[in-house]
Amino acid sequence: MHKYGKFAILMAIIVGSLLWLATAGIQSSQTYYKTISELQQMGNGAQNRHVRVGGDVQGKSIVHEGALVKFNLVQDKQILRVAYEGRDPLPDTFRDGAQALADGRLGPDGVFHASEIQAKCASKYAPKPGMAPDALQPKTGAPNAGTVTRSSL
Amino acid sequence: MENLGALALLLAFCISVYAIVASVAGRLKNKPFLTLSGERAVLAVWLLVTTASGLLVYSLLTGDFRMAYVATHTNRAMPLFYKFAAWWGGQEGSLLFWSWILSTYGAVVVLTNRNRQRAMMPWVLAVLSSIQLFFLTLNNFVVSPFQVLAVDKVITSVPDGQGLNPLLQYWAMVIHPPMLYLGYVGFAVPFAFAMAALISKAPGDSWIHTTRRWTLVTWLFQSTGVSLGSAWAYHVLGWGGYWMWDPVENASLLPWLAGTAFLHSVMMQEKKGMMKVWNMVLISTTFFLCIYGTFLTRSGIISSVHAFAESPIGKYFVSFLAIGIAATVWLILNRLDYLKSEAELESVVSRESSFLFNNLILLASCFAVLWGTMFPVISEKFTSEKISLDAVWFNRLMVPIGLFLLFLTGVGPLFAWRRTSIDSLRKNFQWPGIGMLIVVAALYAGGMRYAYSIISLGLCFFVAATIILEFFRGARAIGEKSGVGLLPAMVELTHRNTRRYGGYLVHMGIVLMFVGWSGHPFNQTTVGEVNKGGTMQVGSYTLKVEDLTQGETPDYIWDTAILQVSKNGKAIGTMEPTRRFYKSSQQATAEVALRSRLNEDLYINYATRDGDKATLQSYVFPLVSWIWIGVVTLIGGTLIALIPSKVARSYPRTEVVGFARKNAPVQA
Repeated sequence: MHKYGKFAILMAIIVGSLLWLATAGIQSSQTYYKTISELQQMGNGAQNRHVRVGGDVQGKSIVHEGALVKFNLVQDKQILRVAYEGRDPLPDTFRDGAQALADGRLGPDGVFHASEIQAKCASKYAPKPGMAPDALQPKTGAPNAGTVTRSSL
Repeated sequence: MENLGALALLLAFCISVYAIVASVAGRLKNKPFLTLSGERAVLAVWLLVTTASGLLVYSLLTGDFRMAYVATHTNRAMPLFYKFAAWWGGQEGSLLFWSWILSTYGAVVVLTNRNRQRAMMPWVLAVLSSIQLFFLTLNNFVVSPFQVLAVDKVITSVPDGQGLNPLLQYWAMVIHPPMLYLGYVGFAVPFAFAMAALISKAPGDSWIHTTRRWTLVTWLFQSTGVSLGSAWAYHVLGWGGYWMWDPVENASLLPWLAGTAFLHSVMMQEKKGMMKVWNMVLISTTFFLCIYGTFLTRSGIISSVHAFAESPIGKYFVSFLAIGIAATVWLILNRLDYLKSEAELESVVSRESSFLFNNLILLASCFAVLWGTMFPVISEKFTSEKISLDAVWFNRLMVPIGLFLLFLTGVGPLFAWRRTSIDSLRKNFQWPGIGMLIVVAALYAGGMRYAYSIISLGLCFFVAATIILEFFRGARAIGEKSGVGLLPAMVELTHRNTRRYGGYLVHMGIVLMFVGWSGHPFNQTTVGEVNKGGTMQVGSYTLKVEDLTQGETPDYIWDTAILQVSKNGKAIGTMEPTRRFYKSSQQATAEVALRSRLNEDLYINYATRDGDKATLQSYVFPLVSWIWIGVVTLIGGTLIALIPSKVARSYPRTEVVGFARKNAPVQA
């Protein structure tokens, strides 16, 4: 059994150190997915967590102040003020009405300080299955464009 | 047209059911005509799925905008090439593409193996047809590609479609999905053979010999696919990253890791008759990870930059995976006695042991990536909070794992079977080892302070040296005998045992990739606004904005910055990063300007323009080219390993039994 002991020890060392790597400092690698209302309910606990929050960019709320960009995110009528001072320029898809994801922390002043913004136009990529391809509507001019449905054979 | 396509798919579905029933019944009742009809059914399925695919492609090419799939994935302005690629550009089409590849593989299996593997074939076809049946279910009843647009049950068409996401309109992205799919689907074949061997208790390792080349080709497709995805991210996304541990990237990496483990551990079974259960587990894991990868990219279960829509196919995939895994586990447990090992491990410093650790590490990394990818889902189940893990976490785990694997790449192939003597260790590792220490010391003395980069480059030298030494020694022996030069001798050497020396080349490719990755901590970045006529500094480069120009094509509006680039004050030419804004999809893309050299890449992205002010993101990425050189080497090595060796080799397995087994002399 001696040689199997050696194998067992080596494997234990490898698996052990991997487990240690996986768990040590995992806290700083975690991003919590929250809705705006959940974020606001978290209270002070929210401030020391890295959070990803999503919503629509409120129309005409984008303000550029030098490198700083301020805007409001809206989701289910809840509004979150966001300040972005990240290094990278904002994506082209980021504009009024776009769906956006903001990564960052909630400040004590209730403003969400984002370090990263992702945005996508609502209709890009594939439309939601079972629904009408919305993006077709403005361009198609098909009769009763609002009632375009896909019918299966 | 769409009716014909849908009919073909429906028929294919029915015939797949028949193929399963006929194969199983024919085998159990010993009715050769029934099994023969099963084989023919598999061919018929291929014909039908091909017909359906052909019809879809025809609709895409001719722009039949009555069809929902055509309207959402192509438009009139798109080049023909991309219209064709729209076949796998969306969910419905790509699942049909999956089906088509699988049916093609099935047909190839029938044509190449029906006379060789009589006993196993019906089972192989039954397993393949079951997988085919699952995908045909999706094609027919869940996400049919042949749906038409209709208003109040009247079929209508739209004047123009939405077009393909412009980010995907890039050559590497067009070949990337087919490569990946060829890889994903390909593992179904060795899996089917493995299951067939289990079911029929086929003697020996014939399933491994039959599928070895198949597995290697599949692995090659997968490696190419993963690297193309990485190259696409680097060249198109505009921030110069080649891997960010995105769920969809991870989905492509998972089966690759498991498949790589499988490729190594089958050698243990071929040569020593060991690890039989393990190989069954590995090939099943690989196959189910392929299905899982398809599921992950196609279901939107985890939001990622790839942003595929959420869809109802999720529950079908979960059920298929659950049933498949349960059946496989039951089958393996049921046949454990058939999978008895013929030899035992003897020493920690042996080839067997290095394979064992290679497998342990690859599987551990596979599990780590799976865990990290699924963390949002897992954490939501257990803590009701959706938590994701960032790239930092993945890197903290995967970098040490990668370095350990790199180390094994160097030592593993040179350890002797059973156990390795001190003499052979010295002969093989003395000079590479000393060289490695010198490299590490030199890098440290040169001011490099990133431990991982130093270790990585040191190991790269070590592994490269052992590989070159192997080629050199073998070639010198041949050269002395036959009196040819060193280079022809190396060709001769490789030709005599393509598998071994091709394998070394694959390892060399991995080494070169590690060289490329080692440059990562030394990236330099400058982001800023520059006026027309102004300059920007990044690393040793100076960029002077000569002009900002604009223009328009039918497809997009473009913005180009013309930059005068000089390095350390010496002019090296102009670079022209461009932004495009696609009209039909209202989406912008970056056409980065790239100056690639062996030591470093200069990478410039034109982010935005505000009047006469351009925002530029400029980066210097040291050593990145070596990643792509490594990929090409790896592909070349795999191709060489596929060539039949000049000297036919058989590996007689040493069967040691009884008294001799316990006291067998150990060869040095």
